[in-house]
Amino acid sequence: MARNTSTDMQKLEKDGVPALPEQTHPGPVYTPTVDIYESEDRISLLADMPGVKAKDLRIDLRENVLTLSGRVAAPESSNESDVLREYGSGSYYRQFTLSEVIDQGKIDAKLTDGVLHLELPKSERAKPRQITVRTS
Amino acid sequence: MLLRRVWPSRPAFESPFADFDHLRRQMLRVFDAVTGGDIARGFSAGVFPPMNVTQDDDNFYVRAEVPGIKPADLSVSALRNRVSISGKREISEEKHDVSYHRKERAEGEWSRTVTLPGDVATDKVDARYSDGILTLTLPKTAEAKPRQITVAS
Repeated sequence: MARNTSTDMQKLEKDGVPALPEQTHPGPVYTPTVDIYESEDRISLLADMPGVKAKDLRIDLRENVLTLSGRVAAPESSNESDVLREYGSGSYYRQFTLSEVIDQGKIDAKLTDGVLHLELPKSERAKPRQITVRTS
Repeated sequence: MLLRRVWPSRPAFESPFADFDHLRRQMLRVFDAVTGGDIARGFSAGVFPPMNVTQDDDNFYVRAEVPGIKPADLSVSALRNRVSISGKREISEEKHDVSYHRKERAEGEWSRTVTLPGDVATDKVDARYSDGILTLTLPKTAEAKPRQITVAS
């Protein structure tokens, strides 16, 4: 099978996860690729989770551990046979430990075109405070 | 016959490497059990985007994982048995007053062509983009479809 390509973008292998905690339904588990950036008042997270629908995505934050998990149903119908297979469909799973205190009530999550955009506002007491130094 | 009974697992015609082959198959089985058999199956071209191609009697299906791309930035073309897809991903919102903890997602332009095992009716190709997956349905031409042949008696 001949393939011609030209690309700026590198294909990242979808990393398999040694599923922790163990899954109750069988199948491969992948690590979504993420961008995480922090500003003074919030932490933003973008995760590539192609194939996940909003209803199959779960975001869980407890005790400073953020858990992302999503399930992808196989898109192929049963009478299709493989010609070329380069990626697998399965679940996504990734956990992060957040060092900052997050305001749980104001978390905002959006899922568009397979990209999860999560806004985690810091709670008041975790925001940096400017301390003025007085000279005597 | 007596030999067979003493070493039942090694018929005389087997090569001395039969044990290695057996071990290799055992290890592959272990890998399959660990990975769910899924990773071992895929032989990736190592380029973006990863694609799956399937077929049934009437169509070829091409699926590609291209999250975070606007449908307007995707282009698809088909000629006989070749399908090209190309597109561009821009990660906007890159601000200057933030500090990055992780930056794993890539951006840029890409294009890719695959050759299908049969010709497609290029005027009837259907392309859909949802949840970050591009799905192309490419109807086979009459020549590429399997034909039932009746056996005369």
